[in-house]
Amino acid sequence: MGDTSRIIIEPVTRVEGHGKVSILLDENGQVTRARLHIVEFRGFERFIQGRPYWEVPVTVQRLCGICPVSHHLAAAKAMDVIVGADKLTPTAEKMRRLMHYGQIYQSHALHFFHLVSPDLLFGFDADPAVRNIIGVIKKYPELAVQGVMMRKYGQEIIKVTAGKKIHGTGAIPGGINKNLSISERDFLLKDIDQQIEWSRGALKIAKDYTVEHLDELSDFGSFDSNHLSLIRADGAMDLYDGGLRAIDAEGNTIFDHVDYQGYTDYIAEEVKDWSYMKFPFMKQLGTEQGWYRVGPLSRVNTADFIDTPEAEEARIEFMALTGGKPNNITMAYHWARMIEVLHSAEKIRDLLNDTDLQGEDLVVKGERRFEGVGLIEAPRGTLFHHYRVNEDDQVTMANLIVSTTSNNVPMNLAVEKVAKKYLSGTEITEGLLNRVEVAIRAYDPCLSCATHALGKMPLTVSVVDHNGQVINRRST
Amino acid sequence: MSDKIKFTMDGVEIEATQGQTIMQAADEAGIYIPRLCAHKDLLPFGSCRVCTVMVNDRPQAACTQPVSPGMAVDSETPELNDIRRSIVEMLFVEGNHYCAFCEKSGNCELQALGYRLGMLAPRYPYMFNKHDVDASHPDIYIDHNRCILCGRCVRSSKELDGKNVFQFVGRGIHKRVAFNSDTDLSGTDVSVTDRAIENCPVGAILKKRSAYAVPIGKRKYDSQPIGSDIESRKAAVKQS
Repeated sequence: MGDTSRIIIEPVTRVEGHGKVSILLDENGQVTRARLHIVEFRGFERFIQGRPYWEVPVTVQRLCGICPVSHHLAAAKAMDVIVGADKLTPTAEKMRRLMHYGQIYQSHALHFFHLVSPDLLFGFDADPAVRNIIGVIKKYPELAVQGVMMRKYGQEIIKVTAGKKIHGTGAIPGGINKNLSISERDFLLKDIDQQIEWSRGALKIAKDYTVEHLDELSDFGSFDSNHLSLIRADGAMDLYDGGLRAIDAEGNTIFDHVDYQGYTDYIAEEVKDWSYMKFPFMKQLGTEQGWYRVGPLSRVNTADFIDTPEAEEARIEFMALTGGKPNNITMAYHWARMIEVLHSAEKIRDLLNDTDLQGEDLVVKGERRFEGVGLIEAPRGTLFHHYRVNEDDQVTMANLIVSTTSNNVPMNLAVEKVAKKYLSGTEITEGLLNRVEVAIRAYDPCLSCATHALGKMPLTVSVVDHNGQVINRRST
Repeated sequence: MSDKIKFTMDGVEIEATQGQTIMQAADEAGIYIPRLCAHKDLLPFGSCRVCTVMVNDRPQAACTQPVSPGMAVDSETPELNDIRRSIVEMLFVEGNHYCAFCEKSGNCELQALGYRLGMLAPRYPYMFNKHDVDASHPDIYIDHNRCILCGRCVRSSKELDGKNVFQFVGRGIHKRVAFNSDTDLSGTDVSVTDRAIENCPVGAILKKRSAYAVPIGKRKYDSQPIGSDIESRKAAVKQS
């Protein structure tokens, strides 16, 4: 390697979990390469081996405290396959869906208001002492309270469906362990109109921001990519279940309505020596071309329509920006995410008014199987859980592909694009540092889900010359 | 001559029947003495020592010590509860008790006792001993990680089921529950309906495929602490 310098951003802030960014500069100070390294380690696939399969939905959700419901439900769906529950009772499926929409709602609200809104409200270059959630609370107290109350509402939904706000036990193989009581329903119904109103407001903020800054954002860590998500049989967005649909950057179908029990025929994972995260890709396109994006942007791009009226109206407006073709603007993730917030609120309202939730028929079982795959559209994107179980009911194999893992290549590309555009010479500015993180934050990565570790590190950015000498360093 | 006698529990005079243990008499009077190895349908065992009380200032196991006229028993004292808590803590560090995802959570007597005694974190270092699981039986799952060696399964199998499925082997830290089989649990005559299965106080012996069926909030110890069923008798005793 020639004369190079290396910049490290560690840890990346306002994301879930821990990661660092390294940026390599040549002798002219030009960016040659930038990478997001995930420095945590997750061991769940190994240590659930030997455990009984019914324990898994409760165990694996402890990958994370932000959207544990995703892992809880994906694992439960895989275990539905194991116990031969091919079709759940209406009460069971709708209770799970309610739990899931509550989770999407709280997770998206957390990300948008607590983690991202400082960037959008104060600008990327604002003083970092102000550009944080405390700054938002001081300057926009009403908005900050909305964010907190929206998250709280989603958490209350999780509590009445899973038993606890974090790490509950609601979904069991073949169904659910409770229905929704009338008092629980009424407790949630009394606030739903307010929640929908706040969702409209959040959507407007995200939309207006994107439209007003379109010139800058169109080139901000943006690139053409494939998109992957679950899709309902009629082409509607479905966050809980469906077949796999993949499209390219132009919207052409790569595969569609794929039964995810056979996902390994379509998706494989590559290991690289500089990250604990794997790199998933679509087999038919290979490792170089087969990477894809997942999450809100991809879901809005892949959906033919959304089956709730206000979110559908928002989707049409969103797609009109790119003439009906997939939107590949990284920062448009925020807009898409708020469309999903409104969609979730509408779905929650519809479910709360559905008397199936008061049903008594909670669990079904059928022919026992030895392998099962469960997929769900987690807040951050398509989540894969794959298990094998032996005749004694013990797990013998587990493989998880979490959303953030699928967004691994895209996040690295976004980091590199932003670094190349904004980094000049070896002078590190706070603005640059934050822009790199803004690009990562758009994906709402959950690095603790993608891997796992404990600990906290200070933010340090160092510029090191080719002799290993630190020539510049900034810390927080 | 009457077989009734009187003695004091924490300074309160209670009546008992000759031949009863302190625990049996206290239970009837609606006074809960913490316990783990004791079970109302099993013979006194005196193994776990959680029920230790002071009898005339000497420590005794309430589950084995018979009542006698005029004895002064102290149970609900800070010193005794600290000793009980330390025993529970030792059990927690010796096994691998992950209440967070254990299916017995909310119905577990060890966990409930930890809560009742105000255990926050064990004062002893975790041992992280390696224990096996036995999933060989079609309907029963054994997880030695959670076994507290209370012997309820051993005694229930003999005394209540008329079998001899479980037995202790080894000594000291190597002590464990073994099965009366040349192979594994599937090689025994145990049945999922045996009282030995039902009487396990922790998540060591479990019925397969029944986990988490009761939602959080409805489990045995979700809304009231362990011992509440006994203490509720106190009001009934007073009224009568």
